[in-house]
Amino acid sequence: MRRRVVITGIGMVTPGGVGTKATWEMLTAGRSATRLIKAFDASAFRSALAAEVDFDPAAAGLTARQVRRMDRAAQFAVVSAREALADSGLPEVDPGRIGVSLGSAVGCTVSLEEEYVVLSDAGKRWLLDHEYGVPHLYGHMVPSTLAVEVAWEAGAEGPVQLVSNGCTSGLDAVGYGAQLVAEGTVDVAIAGATDAPVSPITVACFDAIKATTADTSDPAAASRPFDRTRSGFVLGEGAAVLVLEELEAARARGAHIYAEVAGYAARSNAFHMTGLKPDGREMAEAITVALGEARLDPTAVDYINAHGSGTKQNDRHETAAFKRSLGQHAYEVPVSSIKSMVGHSLGAIGAIEVAASALAIEHQIVPPTANLHHPDPECDLDYVPLTARDHRTDVVLSVGSGFGGFQTAMVLAKHEKGDS
Amino acid sequence: MRERLGVTGIGVVAPNGTTTEDYWAATLAGRSGIGPITRFDPASYPARLAGEVRGFTARELLPSRITTQTDHWTHMGLVAADRALADAGVRLADLPEYEMTVVTASSSGGTEFGQKEMTGLWGKGPDHVGAYQSIAWFYAASTGQISIRNGMRGPCAAIATEQAGGLDAVGQARRMLRSGARLALVGGTDASLCPYGLVAQLSNGGLSTQSDASRAYVPFDEKACGYVPGEGGAMFTVERIDGEREPIYGYIAGYAATFDPPPERERPPTLARAITRALEDAGLRPDEIDVVFADAMGLPAADRAEADALNAIFGPHKVPVTAPKTMTGRLYAGGAALDVATALLSMRDGVIPPTVGTTDPVRSLGLDLVLGRPRERTLRTALVVARGFGGFNAALVLTK
Repeated sequence: MRRRVVITGIGMVTPGGVGTKATWEMLTAGRSATRLIKAFDASAFRSALAAEVDFDPAAAGLTARQVRRMDRAAQFAVVSAREALADSGLPEVDPGRIGVSLGSAVGCTVSLEEEYVVLSDAGKRWLLDHEYGVPHLYGHMVPSTLAVEVAWEAGAEGPVQLVSNGCTSGLDAVGYGAQLVAEGTVDVAIAGATDAPVSPITVACFDAIKATTADTSDPAAASRPFDRTRSGFVLGEGAAVLVLEELEAARARGAHIYAEVAGYAARSNAFHMTGLKPDGREMAEAITVALGEARLDPTAVDYINAHGSGTKQNDRHETAAFKRSLGQHAYEVPVSSIKSMVGHSLGAIGAIEVAASALAIEHQIVPPTANLHHPDPECDLDYVPLTARDHRTDVVLSVGSGFGGFQTAMVLAKHEKGDS
Repeated sequence: MRERLGVTGIGVVAPNGTTTEDYWAATLAGRSGIGPITRFDPASYPARLAGEVRGFTARELLPSRITTQTDHWTHMGLVAADRALADAGVRLADLPEYEMTVVTASSSGGTEFGQKEMTGLWGKGPDHVGAYQSIAWFYAASTGQISIRNGMRGPCAAIATEQAGGLDAVGQARRMLRSGARLALVGGTDASLCPYGLVAQLSNGGLSTQSDASRAYVPFDEKACGYVPGEGGAMFTVERIDGEREPIYGYIAGYAATFDPPPERERPPTLARAITRALEDAGLRPDEIDVVFADAMGLPAADRAEADALNAIFGPHKVPVTAPKTMTGRLYAGGAALDVATALLSMRDGVIPPTVGTTDPVRSLGLDLVLGRPRERTLRTALVVARGFGGFNAALVLTK
């Protein structure tokens, strides 16, 4: 018998701010964090935009050693994990009963590239000079380091893994973490995702396939999901980490429960590494299976937290997927994309969106799709333009879609006291 | 009653054999694939040996459209996957598309592809980054390409737990098979034998700087001095076995993973617990394990820690222990996957392949090492142990 899994702690580092509170305020205010890149001089790049985190690692509580050792993505993850653990009020738990499932699409790219520049003398040498390597260079090459850092922070000695499923990494990492608790392997899972991809190589590689927007005319309005003037996604960065616990244990200790992870499913389109068919078939299948696992009818969905990356093919693909899986209800349920505000932080965004979905349940508020002034006539659902909405939000569907053809759906449900 | 998960097909691409049977013949013969690095000039580096896969031409085995948009690591993963499917003899068209899943382990992604593209960016400018960097370098590239090539539309994943990844991928695939999937293509390959890959590996303190290929990677030996890196790995098909059908190789009977606390916590290591849990998961007693495929890091302290864990569970000299990876070097995400393949072939043929190079084992470790030549023995069960940099431990139990 599967155990039920609930979210009892949330920690976030996003372009909206360091911390869950700052992030939620920004999301519900409909404020965008996209801007011209400050991390490096991006003037020679096609897409010079990103949603960046104004992050001071020392102010966020990291020691000088941690800052030296950790890539920016690891710093985000550890600060988020620390907030989530404090938020959960988790008492001392047998370390062997704590697991970590952390997602990241591109790992420690910022550090890998910085080190590459030094070792290659800015691209001049193919045979890199190892004498200039930092001692923890190998830790940057293997993305598993991100999970190691979070495990150390949480004192976890159960299963620890880094999930790297491209842009669905965050949703999948939370899904796998929930499975660890549900199957009884652990009692607590620290689950979430992190990515810090704002570096020249990552900006250049999305430039090369014209996936990101080149429109710098109004940086704060650059990410425009479901708008007919949209022109590509805006790169983002950040992290979100959740504390997942078994329902009965959480209840017994009087923990605050944000929501239950009621259903999760993933499918693949086996079609193209970056292309999507317009019918949304595989995402629809993932949604249907996730709702089935949650034992909920499609009409129970109160809010859809969309992938909403701001590319034409995505927006049409997932609009079709919602109609295919929810039928007429797709036209009645509010749908929004927070990527309009925090950009697309690759593997991290799925976890940020799950956290935002849990907060939507907590506060009974649907965050808006910012910058949506000119609806795409082919996207004919209720995308909650510009302003947040007070709305009964007891069941949230959060979806993700990514390179490799991966499609993921997660269902969160409000947990009532005494509900069983 | 729990479902039975059987391994029905194996595909190997290894430094000492680019097909499963070539690899297996070389492994039983004690033939090593370790030699001087030829992919680039290693003269300026303190470590100059590797287990390179030679005689593998991706363009002869895969469409050029795919080889140009993927890294060497993915080439080997795609070919190993093709061979595992052919070996299993499954007709994919007969299986429901959403019930086929792909799980690969990835340790460091498309390192060589990434170094080339960064050379273009930093040497020439942003316009010199190619269109395929975005899909070739990232850690999920092999999983995505294998899913697309074979029309597998179930849940897919890439797991990164450094060198434990090959076993953790099996653990993840097992969850998917238990929640509806019927067939999983699972395993791992790796290839970081480019200058950036080697330079990064040099910083972890584990690489052997011995220049004699036969003495460079000698785990559990008095002269253990680190390991030699390698490339390649294995993929296999795991299927839910309903009814009477006999799988070709064996069953995934037990799996567990743990994580070591950092040294400053002064808490005990957790490898023994991973093994114990995997045995419990398989419903087997320690004395029912017929052979152990060791992690065999090749550094004295790590070898000692592994021996301590094995002895705590099995008792000294109670179970044969081997490390055929001494013939390939450590393949990172491909290493434990290849060990699983090797263990299954051992059970099939009733023979334990040897550990080569190790000639003067540390007596106080108390291990019954299979040294020099293979040992024939009926094998009903096997334990595979893997560890990853940072504290990852995983254990997998296979049964006939």
